[in-house]
Amino acid sequence: MTKLRSIQELEALRAALGADRGSAGSCLSVCCGSGCKASGADDVMKACREALERRGLAGKIDLKGTGCHGFCEKGPVMLVWPEGVFYNHVTAHDAADIVASLADGHHPVERLLYRDPATGERVLREEDVPFYARQHRVLFAQNGKIDPTSIADYFQVGGYAAVARVLSATSPAEVVESVKRSGLRGRGGAGFFTGRKWEVVQRQAAETKYIICNADEGDPGAFMDRSLLEGNPHSVLEGMIIGAYAMGASEGFIYVRAEYPLAVERLRVAIAQAEEHGLLGDEILGAGLNFSIRLVEGAGAFVCGEETALIASIEGRVGEPRQRPPFPAEGGLWGKPTCINNVKTWASIPVIINRGADWYASIGTERSKGTMVFALVGKINNTGLVEVPMGITLREMIYGIGGGIPEGKQLKAVQIGGPSGGCIPASLLDLPIDYEALTEAGSMMGSGGMVVMDEDSCMVDVARYFMEFLEEESCGKCFSCREGLRRLHEIVKRITEGEGREEDLDLLQELGWMVRETSLCGLGQTAPNPLLSTLRYFRDEYEAHVREKRCPAKVCRKLITYRIDPVLCNGCGACVRVCSSTAILGEKKEAHTIDDARCTKCGSCLEVCQPKAVLVE
Amino acid sequence: MPKLTINGIRTDVERGTTVLEAAKFLGIPIPTLCHDDGLKPYGACRLCVVEVGTPPKSKLLSACTLLAEEGMVVQTHSKRVERARQLLLELYVATCPQSKTIQDLASSHGLRRVRLEPKNEDCIQCGKCVRMCAEQMMAGAIGFAYRGANREVIFPFHRRSDVCRQCGACMYVCPVCELRCQGAQAETTLCSGCINFSPACLNYHDHAMCFLDPCVACELAGPLHPAPVKRTEKPKPPDLSAARLDAGPHVGK
Repeated sequence: MTKLRSIQELEALRAALGADRGSAGSCLSVCCGSGCKASGADDVMKACREALERRGLAGKIDLKGTGCHGFCEKGPVMLVWPEGVFYNHVTAHDAADIVASLADGHHPVERLLYRDPATGERVLREEDVPFYARQHRVLFAQNGKIDPTSIADYFQVGGYAAVARVLSATSPAEVVESVKRSGLRGRGGAGFFTGRKWEVVQRQAAETKYIICNADEGDPGAFMDRSLLEGNPHSVLEGMIIGAYAMGASEGFIYVRAEYPLAVERLRVAIAQAEEHGLLGDEILGAGLNFSIRLVEGAGAFVCGEETALIASIEGRVGEPRQRPPFPAEGGLWGKPTCINNVKTWASIPVIINRGADWYASIGTERSKGTMVFALVGKINNTGLVEVPMGITLREMIYGIGGGIPEGKQLKAVQIGGPSGGCIPASLLDLPIDYEALTEAGSMMGSGGMVVMDEDSCMVDVARYFMEFLEEESCGKCFSCREGLRRLHEIVKRITEGEGREEDLDLLQELGWMVRETSLCGLGQTAPNPLLSTLRYFRDEYEAHVREKRCPAKVCRKLITYRIDPVLCNGCGACVRVCSSTAILGEKKEAHTIDDARCTKCGSCLEVCQPKAVLVE
Repeated sequence: MPKLTINGIRTDVERGTTVLEAAKFLGIPIPTLCHDDGLKPYGACRLCVVEVGTPPKSKLLSACTLLAEEGMVVQTHSKRVERARQLLLELYVATCPQSKTIQDLASSHGLRRVRLEPKNEDCIQCGKCVRMCAEQMMAGAIGFAYRGANREVIFPFHRRSDVCRQCGACMYVCPVCELRCQGAQAETTLCSGCINFSPACLNYHDHAMCFLDPCVACELAGPLHPAPVKRTEKPKPPDLSAARLDAGPHVGK
């Protein structure tokens, strides 16, 4: 492949490639993101390939492994183009039927279609599936169409057109102005206005400037960035190239966590392909821009998602943050002006250039523009990745897109923003998703993690979980965070074990306040959020744990007992078989009993008991 | 020459001056634990936090690492700062109740109770020993290892380093173990052991041994107390036989 030496050459190549397969002929797109791979997508791919060959259709029908489509609950997921038919829970055994349906007249395989639980009807196309219908997929638009390892696919959907436009017709200042006008805010969590950051970097009078993509994604349960990197890595590269042009940088870094091997691999391939085509390196598209990107892998520290710790890590130092000011925009990597942005922020740039800042600003609320990607997980029917316009309400997210809570249970809270965010109670369901609204309610937008909790979640236990995580991940440099989080965790743990004292609640509040006010970096400053927000909205649960030594949600192991109802128990012995602590005794056909001293409250007996005789009290 | 305002006082400082230095020049005392004029600022103890900016858009930042900038508005002793310092000190006393430096800092900030369980640790990870060894003694024999609660000061890989000349500078500069309180009663965090000692100042001895102001002993039982305890005999010097004279970074672990 020869380098593209000019914008004209790029456009000529794009024209020669023609319209993407999905629009022209038939194409089977199998989701090959990490989630669907784990469910067997590779087997589906293999089976489909074999089925196509057997029917002699290998040349006529395309087979692609694409990135994450988002409806992870229903994986492995497949799309059939050009109709956009959506198949879910596809297995290797279905391949023959799928290929047959295409060859013999395009009648879809009904059993693989999504069934809407509300109507009981099967839905044909992806865009009609309620999960997708209410979304506004901008960043993830191409994930179901392109093979992430093929730059040709990316060209076919208009890839790198934004770079061409910017290099040929826009000045760096105009690019920055565009980003400002779009209202784009950093998608890593803090929500700083991206245009403003770019402007600061652009204005620095320095020979050397750096661009960094923060792909460390450490929040437990978050996988938006991962799926974007796995599914459309070129979109991130394109954003960075535009940023380099606008701000005057010649070197860029993508800091990706090592725990994302597929994302690392896809990025390596994408960078190599971009270099091959002259889209990275010297004289990009012959327009005078020199910019190259290096991949740096993380080493397993959540704190390295914090920008100054990340920079320290790239520099080869210990991943410990430093106080800001000064901000990286003025003095960052190796002391030079550095623009560090999140994966989703970079991927938004080509969209803004191609579709216009005003178009972008027309989506969202007054101060929170554009779309936001959430990883909707937890006690929700439709688990997966969701891209929605800012301003959508939590109610719409959970019931409209998420399909509500499984087993008809009651929603209790939504945890937004990962370990830095807080819990929003069900009473605030009509809250719009907006940076300011969420912060006011005691949470924060964060990077996009959204964990749904129901009546069976104990909010004190949730706080304990996050304090444990944060204590472990604290870098340990500053006293407030290191010792403060240790104590907060200790106290909350004691409360979950039935040893809470009345004074503990005020102590948690005050200590939490101190950690937030005096910590050196964002990790410590936001760490008390899960605790303080649950104290604010669920104080009654804390009081029950402290005053009555009772866990209302029946989660905290030291405060619950498992008991078998002697009336309901039929003596089948199923529980005895699964009990790993040999805590259940009983004769066949006679009521069984649980020895509380040996019981570890693992819940296995509860799961297998048919007459529902196991009670948790 | 950035012009900034500290506690309402406008002052001009040279570029590169920290807020801590500027405040000191104005005679405003800001408590510190990890700071030393001879060492690079570290910003780990968080005691020197000051309120920067105008509320509600103000935040607490450590003065020792904060470079003075044009137009900066700083309050060193606002209610928010003082409350933060008090809570920090409560946590410090609970972590190292045996440190006289911390006990004195606590009492001078009006701390009268500690609601957290005492841990009796030897190190607050202020980093003075590490910086002293690297910057002043030009050895760099000790350093921080691990992360979070496991972070500690060690020789590299827990092996006595051959660049360590046993100069003792690390022990000298340590604010926690050097001035170890000799009368500690571990069950109570604010031990008031000082009450049982005579104050170490000129009122009682030929040579002043106290450079702190005020010493808890003076406050609770000495000349500053409204009803000082009458002593009938000269107190015995403390028994140091049980004290750990090799206290400091955990060498040879």
